[in-house]
Amino acid sequence: MSGDARTEAPAATRWPVAPLGRMLLAQSCSEIRTRWRIPAFSVTIVALPVLFFTFFGLPYVGQTLPNGTNLGAYLVASFAAYSVGSVMVFGFGIGVATERGLKVDVLMRATPLPPLIAILAKVINALAYALLSLVVLIVYAVIVGGVRQDLAVWLDMVVRLLAGSVPFIALGFAIGYTCGPNVAPAAANLVYLPLSFASGLFLPVSQLPGFVRAVAPYLPAYHYGQLAWSAVGAASEPMPVALAWLAGYTAVFLAIAFRAYRREESRKFG
Amino acid sequence: MLGPNGAGKTTSIGLMLGLRQPTAGRARLFGLPPTDRRARSRCGVMLQESGTTSVLTVREIVDLFRAYYPAPLPAERAIAMAGLAEQARARIGTLSGGQRQRLYFALAICGDPDVLFLDEPTVGMDVEARRAFVSSVQALAAAGKTIVFTTHYLREAEELARRIVVIDRGRVIADASPQELKGAVPGKKITLVTARPLAREALAGLPVSVLDVTGTRASLLSNEPAAVLRELFRRGVDVADLEVTGADLEEAFLALTRRGEAGA
Repeated sequence: MSGDARTEAPAATRWPVAPLGRMLLAQSCSEIRTRWRIPAFSVTIVALPVLFFTFFGLPYVGQTLPNGTNLGAYLVASFAAYSVGSVMVFGFGIGVATERGLKVDVLMRATPLPPLIAILAKVINALAYALLSLVVLIVYAVIVGGVRQDLAVWLDMVVRLLAGSVPFIALGFAIGYTCGPNVAPAAANLVYLPLSFASGLFLPVSQLPGFVRAVAPYLPAYHYGQLAWSAVGAASEPMPVALAWLAGYTAVFLAIAFRAYRREESRKFG
Repeated sequence: MLGPNGAGKTTSIGLMLGLRQPTAGRARLFGLPPTDRRARSRCGVMLQESGTTSVLTVREIVDLFRAYYPAPLPAERAIAMAGLAEQARARIGTLSGGQRQRLYFALAICGDPDVLFLDEPTVGMDVEARRAFVSSVQALAAAGKTIVFTTHYLREAEELARRIVVIDRGRVIADASPQELKGAVPGKKITLVTARPLAREALAGLPVSVLDVTGTRASLLSNEPAAVLRELFRRGVDVADLEVTGADLEEAFLALTRRGEAGA
């Protein structure tokens, strides 16, 4: 009988749908809550950059680079870039692979939730954790390490890193759609750790072995690092160059992710 | 929608929901493509082989799904209708298989949809859960909801459905009310052991479908076992042993399918 009533209702009220804003809010909160309850993710994401900075950064806090930049600030920028990249690569890579393994996507596809809102909620979730990890790292570096920079510098760094994280979201999707839930964590580590080492996120590029130094300028994390280093006045290439590289890598990773996604679609829902 | 395993029930549901693309023809929901958000906002879905994240609680995920729909039911009501009131604060990962099935039912109904698609909804439910599920479905039907569900239990279809579509290997082999279908499906199975090998001609013209005749042993399906036996005795078939039982669904399907092939 409710069906009949709706058929006769005027066109405007005949096809009610839930507001997208409400969906996005609910979906984002749910993603953030889910991640919070997986300590393997939430603790690792926050603790690792702080640990790495403690081992690789704290001993050099007092030193100054040839161009006058404080080495401590430079290394905070490096680990900040590492940290945001890892939230994206691990969050999306392992997250998407796990959801595919649990077949969460099968049920979601049948609901009125638009796929774009679902993806947007994941991005918001990842940005929230990236921000959390940045805040913890910077506060730690300032209080424990005594690294001094203007608040505006820190803010600039945070904004650049969050806005420029798109290629790592794409890399995460590429891993999440090509790997199963058991393989994804290993794949994310195997890809991301060497990548960030070779890009100078742990040690400055000048300290790396010669052949790695030659490869570094072709890696996405090297150009991503430039975003952070430029905030503390230590970038080694102009920003448009870095952004062009990042855009190119985004396209490549998205293409890989999209191909894997299509292949799975045709297999699963052919 | 009734059919043996592998009949195409899940595939049909997938087509109706736009989860799969038809190779020919097209599916429409309320006159819209099934992937249209306006159509999906009027549907509730329970799928086989789907999952949810395990760290949210029952209440949390029901609230999440309610946000997808324009005029959802109160969360408590959806949870109570699914018989999960006591587990509302439990994490999904701690639920048993049957409770998880009830959770999927709660997620299907929480948007107060006009149409429910339930794919093998009672799989994994215990007797108690099944009874609660049946009464919830009947209440929803009484409230004017359309409910499309799949099952391979004839009993379940008879109990719940007003219209039964029997499919096998992707084809509709019957589309009828439970009463009509009962008449069309042979209800009894006759198992005979004869003294001498049984000739096929001895069964000619009888209201039976032959399942199997090997030597002195014959299995027959019929709705009129008494008439069949009377005729067999009249024809002088020497019966050594005899058993008449209710036909199970697999056998009834076989009979229906064979008739379909003969007709085609």
